[in-house]
Amino acid sequence: MKKKMTTVPFQGTAEQEKQLHALIAEHCGTPGAIMPILQKAQAIYGYLPIEVQQIISDGTGISMSEIYGIVSFYSQFVLNPKGEYAVSVCMGTACYVKGAGAILDRLAAIIKVDPGEVGDDGKFSLDATRCIGACGLAPVFLVNEDVYGRVEKPEAVDGMMKKYME
Amino acid sequence: MDKVKIKINNREYEADRDATILEACRTAAIEIPTLCYLKEINAIGACRVCLVDVKGARAMPAACVQPIHEGMEIFTNTPAVRAARKANLELILSDHQKDCLSCIRNLDCELRILSADYGVEDEHHFTGRLSAGVPVENEDAAIVRDNNKCIACRRCVAACNDMQGISVIGPNNRGFDISIGCSFGVKLGDVPCIACGQCIVVCPVGALYEKDDTEAVWQAIADPTKHVAVCAAPSIRVTLGECFGNEPGTFVEGKLAASLRRLGFDGVYDMDFSADMTIMEEAAELVERIQNGGKLPLITSCSPGWVKYCEHFFPEFIENLSSCKSPQQMFGAIYKTHYAAKLGLDPKDIFFVSVIPCTAKKFEITREGQSAAGEGIRDVDAAITTRELARMIAKAGILFNELPDEEFDSLAATGSGAGVIFGTSGGVMEAALRTAAETILGEPLEKVDYEEVRGSKGIKTATYKIGAMDVCVAVASGTANAHKLLTAIKNGEMDVQFVEVMACPGGCVCGGGQPTHAAATRNFTDLWSKRAAGLYANDKDKPVRKSHENPLIKELYSEYLGSPGSQKAHEVLHTHYQARSKCVRKPEI
Amino acid sequence: MKNVNELKAIHEKMKDFIALRTPEGKAEPGYRHVLVCGGTGCHSSGCDAILKALRASITAHGLDEKTTVIVSGCHGLCALGPLIIVYPDAVFYELVEVDDIEEIVTSHLMNDEPVLRKVYHEAIIDGKMVPYRETDFFKYQHKISLRNCGVIDPECIEEYIGRDGYMALAKSLTEMKPADVIEELKASGLRGRGGGGFSTGMKWSFAAAVESDKKYVCCNADEGDPGAFMDRSILEGDPHAVIEAMAIAGYAIGADEGYVYVRAEYPIAVNRFEIALNEARQHGLLGADIFGTGFNFDIHVRLGAGAFVCGEETALLASIEGKRGEPRPRPPFPAVKGLFGQPTVLNNVETFATIPQIILHGAAWYGTMGTEKSKGTKVFALGGKIKNVGLVEVPMGATLRDVVEKVGGGIPNGKTFKAAQTGGPSGGCIPASLIDTPIDFDNLLAIGSMMGSGGMIIMDEDSCMIDIAKYFLDFTVEESCGKCSPCRIGTMRMLEILERITNGQGVPSDIEELVDLGNHIKATALCGLGNTAPNPILSTIRYFRHEYEEHINDKKCAAGVCKALLEFVINDKCKGCTLCKRKCPTDAITGEVKELHVIHQEKCVKCGICYDICKFAAIDKV
Repeated sequence: MKKKMTTVPFQGTAEQEKQLHALIAEHCGTPGAIMPILQKAQAIYGYLPIEVQQIISDGTGISMSEIYGIVSFYSQFVLNPKGEYAVSVCMGTACYVKGAGAILDRLAAIIKVDPGEVGDDGKFSLDATRCIGACGLAPVFLVNEDVYGRVEKPEAVDGMMKKYME
Repeated sequence: MDKVKIKINNREYEADRDATILEACRTAAIEIPTLCYLKEINAIGACRVCLVDVKGARAMPAACVQPIHEGMEIFTNTPAVRAARKANLELILSDHQKDCLSCIRNLDCELRILSADYGVEDEHHFTGRLSAGVPVENEDAAIVRDNNKCIACRRCVAACNDMQGISVIGPNNRGFDISIGCSFGVKLGDVPCIACGQCIVVCPVGALYEKDDTEAVWQAIADPTKHVAVCAAPSIRVTLGECFGNEPGTFVEGKLAASLRRLGFDGVYDMDFSADMTIMEEAAELVERIQNGGKLPLITSCSPGWVKYCEHFFPEFIENLSSCKSPQQMFGAIYKTHYAAKLGLDPKDIFFVSVIPCTAKKFEITREGQSAAGEGIRDVDAAITTRELARMIAKAGILFNELPDEEFDSLAATGSGAGVIFGTSGGVMEAALRTAAETILGEPLEKVDYEEVRGSKGIKTATYKIGAMDVCVAVASGTANAHKLLTAIKNGEMDVQFVEVMACPGGCVCGGGQPTHAAATRNFTDLWSKRAAGLYANDKDKPVRKSHENPLIKELYSEYLGSPGSQKAHEVLHTHYQARSKCVRKPEI
Repeated sequence: MKNVNELKAIHEKMKDFIALRTPEGKAEPGYRHVLVCGGTGCHSSGCDAILKALRASITAHGLDEKTTVIVSGCHGLCALGPLIIVYPDAVFYELVEVDDIEEIVTSHLMNDEPVLRKVYHEAIIDGKMVPYRETDFFKYQHKISLRNCGVIDPECIEEYIGRDGYMALAKSLTEMKPADVIEELKASGLRGRGGGGFSTGMKWSFAAAVESDKKYVCCNADEGDPGAFMDRSILEGDPHAVIEAMAIAGYAIGADEGYVYVRAEYPIAVNRFEIALNEARQHGLLGADIFGTGFNFDIHVRLGAGAFVCGEETALLASIEGKRGEPRPRPPFPAVKGLFGQPTVLNNVETFATIPQIILHGAAWYGTMGTEKSKGTKVFALGGKIKNVGLVEVPMGATLRDVVEKVGGGIPNGKTFKAAQTGGPSGGCIPASLIDTPIDFDNLLAIGSMMGSGGMIIMDEDSCMIDIAKYFLDFTVEESCGKCSPCRIGTMRMLEILERITNGQGVPSDIEELVDLGNHIKATALCGLGNTAPNPILSTIRYFRHEYEEHINDKKCAAGVCKALLEFVINDKCKGCTLCKRKCPTDAITGEVKELHVIHQEKCVKCGICYDICKFAAIDKV
C-alpha cells in the first residue's frame, strides 16, 4: 500500500530533537541500528515526517532514499501523525471472518476519516491493522489503549464511540 | 580455474566451478534471457525471466544467480521453461505502459526484444491496473523519468546506490505499489542527484532517458540568422558507430565529422582541441600550486557529474577543484569570444552545440559562471548525447556507415593524442602529466605513456619522479570510488598532489550519454576496454601527443590568451563552484 | 552460574512448589495458588483490573499467607477471558468480572465452595464440577511446546527452573558434545514449526559444518499468519524455554550471539521476554562462561515493523541488518551465509520451545509421538466458526475431526462444518470430505494446504470460499515485498480476477486462468511467500469449484457474503415497524407503519444495515 503523505505542518520541539540526537548517538555503531532508531523516533514524534528522517539520515550517514525505502516498506512506520484518538480495527483472519470489514466501514462513517488517514482537526485517525493477536475476542477494535472486543454487529460501534465523540 | 562437469540439455560440459548457470550456459553457446541481471551491477534474481529447470530442484532457479555444482543437470529449453519465461514476460508487460511505437527505446528496448524472442504472442494476455499511473517527470535538466514504463528491475537503483554511491533513488513502498524513485516521491531536482546518467544506460526499457534537446538544435539549424557550431567530445568517435550496428569501440571519427556536416552545422569541430586547452590551463595550475604552496591535491574538474558530486558531498574539497572549465565549456567560451571575432560573428548569433557522452553536461551548460562572451550568453547552448546525435542522424536519413571519412573544420581541426585520451579514466591525468612534467623540467621528455594510470580499476595510484620531485597521483572513476579516495585523503591516509576523478566508472567512454546495450551484450562484453582501446590506439597514431605541442594551441595562446593561467585565460576559461545541500527538498503540502 | 549444582539447588527448592499446579500436586489444607491469566487475550479483556481486585480482596480477608497469586501466561481459551485458575483443586473460572472476585475469594478460597456459575461451562456436567483437565478442550491435548504456558509465572526464572528449566542446557554443556546435540535433534525427527518443515537437526548441522569466527542463532518470532498466535503465547508464557533452546543452538553450532526478531505488535511478549533475558543474565545462564564451561552466549531483541514477508528467513535477516525486508535467492543459505554474512541458524519460537524437552528426555521419547515423518506435537490456533476458539497442542497425526469436534467443541449455533483453512495465506482450505485426514506436514501438502505456523480457521456454511480466498490473496498482495515479478504482478492479477468474480463480472475462463497463473506463480516466485501465495485459491478451486462456477455462471453467492451478488428483500414477517426505513442510508426502503415494507433494488447499495437491525428476521439475503 502506498503511504499517505502528511498534510499536517511539522511541529517538532527542541526537546524532541534533543531526544532524537541522543537516540542516534546511543545506537551509533550498532549493526543494523536503523530499525530501532526509526521505531524509537516514531515513539518520540508519533510519526516519521521528512524533517525527522533528514535528521536521522544526517546522523547515521544512511541516505534519505534508503531510509524512506525502509519506512515505506514496513507498515508500522507512518508518515502521518496519529489522531488524539487513534482508532484501529484488527483485520486478522479471525476478526475478518467475524465481520471486521463492516466495522471498519462503520467507524470510518462515524468519525469521517478514511482508513490510513487522520482527520483535519487531528481528533481521530483510523487504521486497519494486522492481527493484534486478540483472536479470542474477535472482532476487535482499539481506541488508543481501550480494547473493544466481541463487537457483535457494526451498529454496536456507535455506542462504543460515543464517549470519544463529544 | 577449477572445473566441474555439468550437463546442459543432456549434453556434457565442463565449466568454471564458481560460474553461475547463466555463465556456464553462455560458454556452451546457449543464451538465457535476463532482464534484472546486469553483470557486476545487479544480481538479485528478481525478474524471473532467466528461469531454467534443474533436475531435482524444487522450483525453477534464476540462472543469473544460481551457482553450478558438480553433476548439475540443467535444462534451458523445456516446454515448462519456455512457458514460465513467457508468462513472466507477459506479467511484466501487464504492468508496463506499452507505448512501444513512440517510445524512445523502441528499437533497443530489452523487454520488447525478449518478448519477441521468447514467444509473447499477446502483450495483453494479462490485463489490470498499472501500478504507477503517474505523469512523466521531465523537469530535471538532464534526466527524464517515466515510471509508467518502469518494470522495477532495480538496475538503476543498483547503479545509483552500489556502483555510484549516490543513493538518491530506491524502491519505495512494497508489493504491487513499489515505485522506484526518490525519497518521499520528490523529483530528481530536489535531491543531490549528480545527473551522471548511469541509471539511464542500465535501464532496459524507456523508463529513464536523457532530456532530449535535439529539437532546439534542429530549430537553430533551420534558423538562417544563426551560426550553428558543433564540437564532438573525444569519446564519441569510439561509441557513435555502435548506434549504427558497429562493434563497440569502432573508431568512426571521419564519419562523425561527415555526419555532423551533413546535418547542416556551420562549423564542425573536435573537442580534442579544447581538451588540449584544458591541459594547458590545468597543468599550469598544478605546477603553480606545487611550486607556490597552493591547495593540494589539485583535482580535475572536467567531469560535471563529479563536480556536482563534490559540491554536494565533499564541499570541503571545492578549493581543491581545478578552476578550469571543462573542455565542452572552454570550447564554447573560446568560440564565442576569440573565434567569433576571427570569423566576424556576433556571439549572440552563435548557437553552440556539444556532442557529449554525458547527461551531466546538460546540467553543466546551465551553471553559473559559464558565460565568457557576456551576461546572458551561455558558452554552450545545447549539449546532446551520443544517443541524441544518433537519432538526429537517423531522422535526417543519413546512412552513417556509407559516409566518407572527413576531417573536422580546420579552424580547430587537430587535437593531440593527449586530448583524445580524455575520453577514458586516467586519460586526463596522463595528458596533464605529459605537459606538466615538461613544464616543470623545462625540456621535452621521451616518455609519453603513463601506463600506471590506465586500465579499468576504480582507483589507480602512481608516483612519478619529475626531476628531483616525487609527484604522487591518484585516479578514480565512478563516484563510489571517488568517495573512497577522498575519504582516504581527508583522513590523511594518502598524500597525493594531483587527482583525476570522472563520475562514470571507466570515464567518458562509459558515460551516461553513451549508447545502451542489452544485458545479453553487457554481461559478456567489456565495453570499457573495447572503447578505451580505440582511443589509446588513436593516441598512439597521432603525430602530436602532447597538448602543448599542438600547433593550433600554440597559435591560440600567442594570438589571444597569452600564457596559460593569464588574466585573459582566467576570464574566458576558468570558473567557480558552490557548496550544495545533500538534503532532500521538502515537498509542498 | 558457575556450575550445575547451583541450578539443581534452585530446582530442588522450587519443584514441589510448582508441582502443586499439576495433578500430582499436594498442598497444606487451605493453601492455594491462584493463577490469573496475563496473556494478550485476557489482557485485552481486562485482567489487570481483575488482578488488582483479587489481590485487594485476598489481603482484605487476611488470606495472604494461605494464597499465592500468580500471573501466568496463556491457557489457550482466550475467548473466555479473563481467566482464573485455582490450584490444587484445578478450578477454572471463565469470563471473570471484577464484581465476581469477592465471591470467588469468600466462597472458594475461604470456604472451599467453588463459584459454579463462573466455572468453565464445559467443566460443569449435570450440575457437577469436574477438574478442568477432564474437559474435552484439555484432555485431548498433549502439551510439549506449551507445557509451561499457563502453569508458571513467566517473569520468575525460578518457577521455570522448578519445571526442569535450563536442565537441558546444563546437560548439553556438561554431558554432550556439540555434535551429540545435533545428532539427538536429527534423531528426534523434529521439523521446523515455522512453515516449511525442514529438519531442525539438519539445519543446525549445516551451520555447524561451516568454519567461521562468528556465527549467529536467530529466533523468528515475527508471527505473521493472521490468526496464529502460538509464538506469542510461548514468549508470554514461557520465555525461558526459548532462551534456553537458543543457547543450546549456540553451543551446538558454535555461536555466541543470538537475535530474537519479534513482532512489535506483541508488547507484552516483548516485555516478558526482556525480563526473562535479564533474569537469565543475572543468574549467569546467559553471558560469559555459562556453568563454568567456557561457553558464552547472549541474546538481543529486535522488533519487527509490520511486514509478513519477514517471516521468510532471508527477509528476516535483512530486516535485522536494517534493510527492507526483502528475501534474496538461496543459495547461499543462511546456514552458510546468514546474518551480517555469517553462518546463522534460524528457527521459530515453537521449534525452539520444543528443543529443551527433546534434549532432556531424548529423541526416542519424542519419537513416540506423531507420525512416521512428522514427529511430536503441533500447536494450532483455532479460530473462526468454532466453539473453543483458542490455542491447542495435539500430537501430529491427530485428525482434523479430532481437532474440530473434540478439542474444538464443534461448530456453534447448530451450523455445519464446511472447511478448515490451515497455514494462513500460504495454506489452503480442507473440505469437510477430508475431515478424517491425519494432520501432519506431508498430508497437508498432499491435499493442497500446508502446516504453516499452525493457524486453523474453521468455516461453516455461511462462509463463502471465494471470499475467503480473496481475503488471503488480498493479504498476500498487501504483504508481497514486490521484488520478484510473478509475486508482485501475478498475485495482483489473480486478485483482480477474484474481484471480478465476486462483483458478478466473472467469465467462465476465469477459473482456468486462475489455475494457470496460480501454478505459474508457485513455480517461479523468488521466495516461499510467493511460492505458496496461490494456495488459498488453488485449494478452494480444487474442492469448491462449484462455488466459483455458481458465482460466475449464476451470479449467486450461496453463503450470502458477496454483496454484489445479493439482493436484500423483505419477507412477510415484516411488522411495519419502520426501523429499517429510517436507518436506510439511501432511502431505498418504503412502507407505511404496520404495513409490509419494500426495498427498491435500484437504490439499494447492499450495505446490510437493514438486515442487521431488523428485529423480526424479516429481511432475506437472496
